[in-house]
Amino acid sequence: MEPVLPPIGMLAELTHRCPLQCAYCSNPVELLKANREMDTGGWISLFEQAADLGVLQVHLSGGEPTLRTDLVELVRCLARRGVYTNLITAGVGISEGRIEALAEAGLDHIQLSFQGAFATTTEKIGNARGAHEKKIETARRVRATGLPLTINAPIHRHNMNEVPDFIDLALDLGAERLEIANVQYAGWALLNRDALMPQRAAVERQVQIVEEAQERLRGIMTIDFVTPDYFAIYPKPCMGGWARDAFMVAPDGTVLPCHAAATIKTLQFERFGDRTLSEIWHDSAAFKAFRGTDWMQEPCRSCERKEIDWGGCRCQAMAIAGDAAASDPACIKSPFHDRMGALIDQATGKKSYDGTFAYRRIGRMSEPMV
Amino acid sequence: MSETRIRAIVSPQSRPALKKHARLQYDKVRGAWALLSPERIFWPNEVSLDILRLCNGRNEVTQMIAILADQYGADETEITLDVTGFLQEWSDKFLVEL
Ligand code: SF4
Ligand code: SF4
Repeated sequence: MEPVLPPIGMLAELTHRCPLQCAYCSNPVELLKANREMDTGGWISLFEQAADLGVLQVHLSGGEPTLRTDLVELVRCLARRGVYTNLITAGVGISEGRIEALAEAGLDHIQLSFQGAFATTTEKIGNARGAHEKKIETARRVRATGLPLTINAPIHRHNMNEVPDFIDLALDLGAERLEIANVQYAGWALLNRDALMPQRAAVERQVQIVEEAQERLRGIMTIDFVTPDYFAIYPKPCMGGWARDAFMVAPDGTVLPCHAAATIKTLQFERFGDRTLSEIWHDSAAFKAFRGTDWMQEPCRSCERKEIDWGGCRCQAMAIAGDAAASDPACIKSPFHDRMGALIDQATGKKSYDGTFAYRRIGRMSEPMV
Repeated sequence: MSETRIRAIVSPQSRPALKKHARLQYDKVRGAWALLSPERIFWPNEVSLDILRLCNGRNEVTQMIAILADQYGADETEITLDVTGFLQEWSDKFLVEL
């Protein structure tokens, strides 16, 4: 066994509360209410331990992280420890002066999501009136503080044809970076998979458009492209490998190897506070379960890519192959790879989608059947 | 559309500086220098570090080359392409301001 290296990155889902109700949200279907959230002291002590352990980068996310009234205090703690701090926000309902206060406290970067490149799309996907204009105003305020800005565009069937417009929007808003991120089917996105799945031809067109723009905009704006798993030949190295570089923390302090890990029912996860972060990272059975390559079966076990993609996503293996230790079915070598294609055909076939989404709401209690 | 944005191109007179959102920082846990940036962390090698440390917004590229040539006992013309290539690449990655 290789020695366990210290984690580099941490995704902190501070809250599940959010003013939007995006159908593609990767949060679990069973959302936590405000009274389950870890308190300020809990987060601060977690951040201190994370910095001691070697975490260099923290992404503050949710839900909508700006709904935490203690956000400035949390950022100040991270900045004091020299941790690079990124805020991932939907940019709706941020009160006057808040962004300035966050910049002042030492925030390093803001990532702002747009559900559509146009107001009608943003409103439809997020189920929130006036959201688009508020986001544009947020972007303007971010730029006014001098903070670097990334625009995040989560892509699926209902906005894939807006990719060129997302590129123009991000340029207009003065973003240094644009993330064209095809949605991953976890949480609410899995529940809405049939409604979100794009057509094959649209995916191919999108790839061309993005590659052309990356070339054209070299040195002007970085475009990071997260390609859609279901159309892939090889999987992505999910989280950079299970329990290898990074981890995430749910609003109640549960520490997870990735945001969908709770869908693997055979694993048990531990809460920060019950154990220290170092104990969880090094010793928790859930973190050890798929760390490294020893757990792998064929075809991964003898594959030359096993330390490139680490066998892909465990949660996707669970959802589609029914075995969390199987190769990610996104991989062409997986015996279940054909199921990905069948799921695309099923979703994009004529009668599959009736024009509605299951919008993300607190209170829905069961995970979808897949 | 707002004003057209253009790509910065390195010239002998550029005075490179680290971008405000890029932070060069010594990591005690790993005993190495890290360059922190949005989404990405780079672990520059010795040569890259020496170049990055000269990116202070005051040195012109020609001065940087002279200093580096001196440090490495190399010929200025020999290292010019390496240094300008490096700066262009890191400018394109939005880590260095030209
Ligand atoms: S994806 Fe939408 S609903 Fe989910 S947290 Fe982000 S903004 Fe809120
Ligand atoms: S067989 Fe496993 S390791 Fe090889 S490419 Fe596929 S998922 Fe990756």
